[in-house]
Amino acid sequence: MRKKWHRFKNSYFLYSFKRDWIAVASFVVFITLVFVSLASPVLAPYDPYDSSSIDVMDAEIPPSWMEGGEERFLFGTDIQGRDLLSTMFYGMRLSVFIGCGAVLLQAFIGILIGMISGYLGGKVDAFLMRIADVQLSFSTMMVAIIISAIFQVAFGVGRYEELAAPLLIIIIGLAEWPQYARTVRASVLGEKSKEYVEAARVIGLSPRRIRWRHILPNALSPVLVISTIQVANAVMSEAALSFLGLGMPITKPSLGSLINAGFEYIFSGSWWITLFPGILLVIFVLVVNLLGDWLRDVMNPKLYKG
Amino acid sequence: MQHLLDVKDLEVTFALRTGSLIAIHGVNFTVDKGERVGLVGESGAGKSVTGFAIINLISKPGYISNGSVLFNGRDLASLSDEEMRHIRGNRISMIFQDPMMTLNPVLTIGTQMIETLQAHLKISKTDAADIALEKLHKVHIPSPEKRLRQYPHEFSGGMRQRIVVAIALLVDPSLIIADEPTTALDVTIQAEIMDLLRELCESEDTGLILITHDLGVVAQITEKVVVMYSGNIVEMGTTTEIIENPRHPYTKGLIQAIPDKRNPGERLNQIPGVMPTLMDIPPGCSFHPRCTIKGEICTREIPKLKEIDSTGKIVACHMVSAEGEVQ
Amino acid sequence: MFAFAVRRITQAIVVMLVISLIGFAIKHEIGDPVRDIVGVSVSVAEREALRDKLGLNDPFIMQYARFVKDALHGDLGHSFFFKKPALDVITAKAPATLELVFVSSLIIIFVSIPIGIYTAINPKNWFSRLTMGVSIVGVSIPVFLTAIILIYIFAVELHWLPSYGRGQTINIYGWESGFFTLDGLKHLILPSIALSSIMLPLFIRLIRSEMMEVLETEYVKFAWAKGLSKYRIWLLHAFKNTLLPVITVGGVQLGILIAFTILTETVFQWQGMGFMFLEAVERSDTALLVAYLIVVGALFVVVNTIVDIIYGLVNPTVRITGRK
Repeated sequence: MRKKWHRFKNSYFLYSFKRDWIAVASFVVFITLVFVSLASPVLAPYDPYDSSSIDVMDAEIPPSWMEGGEERFLFGTDIQGRDLLSTMFYGMRLSVFIGCGAVLLQAFIGILIGMISGYLGGKVDAFLMRIADVQLSFSTMMVAIIISAIFQVAFGVGRYEELAAPLLIIIIGLAEWPQYARTVRASVLGEKSKEYVEAARVIGLSPRRIRWRHILPNALSPVLVISTIQVANAVMSEAALSFLGLGMPITKPSLGSLINAGFEYIFSGSWWITLFPGILLVIFVLVVNLLGDWLRDVMNPKLYKG
Repeated sequence: MQHLLDVKDLEVTFALRTGSLIAIHGVNFTVDKGERVGLVGESGAGKSVTGFAIINLISKPGYISNGSVLFNGRDLASLSDEEMRHIRGNRISMIFQDPMMTLNPVLTIGTQMIETLQAHLKISKTDAADIALEKLHKVHIPSPEKRLRQYPHEFSGGMRQRIVVAIALLVDPSLIIADEPTTALDVTIQAEIMDLLRELCESEDTGLILITHDLGVVAQITEKVVVMYSGNIVEMGTTTEIIENPRHPYTKGLIQAIPDKRNPGERLNQIPGVMPTLMDIPPGCSFHPRCTIKGEICTREIPKLKEIDSTGKIVACHMVSAEGEVQ
Repeated sequence: MFAFAVRRITQAIVVMLVISLIGFAIKHEIGDPVRDIVGVSVSVAEREALRDKLGLNDPFIMQYARFVKDALHGDLGHSFFFKKPALDVITAKAPATLELVFVSSLIIIFVSIPIGIYTAINPKNWFSRLTMGVSIVGVSIPVFLTAIILIYIFAVELHWLPSYGRGQTINIYGWESGFFTLDGLKHLILPSIALSSIMLPLFIRLIRSEMMEVLETEYVKFAWAKGLSKYRIWLLHAFKNTLLPVITVGGVQLGILIAFTILTETVFQWQGMGFMFLEAVERSDTALLVAYLIVVGALFVVVNTIVDIIYGLVNPTVRITGRK
């Protein structure tokens, strides 16, 4: 264990990380945000899900430094009288949770299909990749919107809202797997022709063992890189769906639904309900994107285009 | 008499993040009107860099850090971009190594020829097309009228290189720099292209700098040879003299490495070792780690080019003199 | 080229069949065509009679065949809410969406190409660095947030531009256009900027990286050696080669643009197909939802096929393999 740590300490990975202040800053912000969202039940001054503590009379109080602001609500309150800061913490928690869940699901589907496609080749490959192509050409956003629309009509609005979080994971997972499938397929094809696979075959390892012990690990570094970007995408998709009213309900708001709820009140001057969750969302997505960019530069795996 | 091209103390530096590396250490040579000169050495010897330096097209971060390139008496290294543009492709043309990569894949041959003419001459499209046709005839491209409308991928490698040669000849340049023009081609086509190049240079009285690692090719075509090793000229003289009576141990090694037609099956004599990279050039004579006749002085002092006999040949080696090999 | 086009069109038809199958499955599983026609206040016996008459008790495959046949005749079902054929509802809404997408595409093309080329040629100057920095922030801002911020600044605070709707439109042969009135154009500005904001950074980055790669190639170097002017080298030799990958990706991105119209139209209450689609979802108007799916699907497929064929025209290699 110590040896491993030592090796990591001297690695190029860490070296290039320390040299890049943008990466370091993004990482610090990212860790802070994840920590805040995980610890939000402890950190948040109020519990936005506890309807007994919410008073509608407190609705639309501006941030504390503005005229009419109150000490107890740092960033003001939303339209239901909830403390905006606490609601944002809880909202980000939901966004991060749904984002990561969706990425796990798409990675699972995508890696499986990518492996099958790349390893079997032929007709199976052509068929699976054609599906991926078509789905991608429709754009993941469109697919996600349509699936969620179908779900909502099929389940009915009430039931959909109850199940929103797991359903969103499924929706975004189903919408974005082609990214993984293509990346994994491309690297499997790349790795398959390499000598070590040939060597493994020659010494008589079973194809199954070659697939899982030899090819997969080598195909993983591009997967890691796109995973970062995919988390950012998934969080964005969740926010967009929630903004359209196809995601988290306002009683359990994610950042997207908060922005949506606040939008109606922007004309009456209550900009903070929209702006603060918006800024938080942008910062989160931005640092994940910056980390992804950095990771791609360092790992420099041949990211297969198109 | 004024030389067509007079390269004086040419020094090329690559400015890298880690520091500057000198790729060419002050080389001197001349090319006269209609003269054909071979620039010879292993890859990495700086021959291509020298070639590109002449038309001031070294890839970044390289630049000419010292010396001059006099072309008809004008220093090319000091010309403005616009003045230099009128030299390139007009007075001095270049032929690149790989014809598969040299032609733009999305433009027709005709476009790529006509644009060159129109860049340098005030000429109508139809007149330019006529000249293009004439040059395609000259390089023996069959049915050139049809060919003008075709794209590069419709041609074989040898054909493409003929087209590149035709493009190089378009504006009747007085000097052509050919950078390994046949390395990427099949052996049979190599000879054809070389013959073509020689024939055309002779008939138009065009100067030629032939950059190659192949002394055999040089022997067939050129009148003068410049041998380079890690950014320096190590030997220079007339082709006959260099081929028949090489003095520098590196040149000797190169000549022994030519496959001998008379004794097929015989083992080739390779020069042991590899050329140092720019990062780790040894002190003294940069060839000494691979040299068979090196002395103590070679590890300390960089040898200067000196004339050693009456043939006009110059050699940069501590160990050779007019009398014999080792002093 | 001809064979290539035929192959592409066949693929397009297969994709359309799959989309129609999905659309039909939705309709079959969750839609209620009887309600769509007669509403809810009809007795069970009458409904059953109507079901039989409409062939709703036929096997799935037969119903699907009928669905495709109807669709080919332009009958995509009946909107429960609008009491009109779904296709009529959509065609009435389509001009709004298409005009929005058109203007946004123009903005994207005319902004990203010059900036992409410039930053590729001068990768190290301050403007390029700034552009790259701004672009990564740009991709991280969701389109609806951009839209809201634009509304807040230009409509709520500055009162320069209208915040929602299409404004005054003119009917030209059944096409409601906002292009020919000042009011209509003013209403277009914010939505089209918001819609293009999501794609601009991606396009700039794409054009830049492709162009930088092309600038390093031998044929560009040879073009310099031929003594061509720098503008000809950049704008013809390099850019034409950059265009190939950009067209491929661009086609896909155009699809994404249509997806994002749903978000943009929601924010600006833009009476287009996206806005209509969301309303259809809220009202459980299944027939309209399915019709939207099929129309947008067809739009994507047509656009992608056209993009592929244009690609074939620009790329001489494809043109030849197609000729064989």
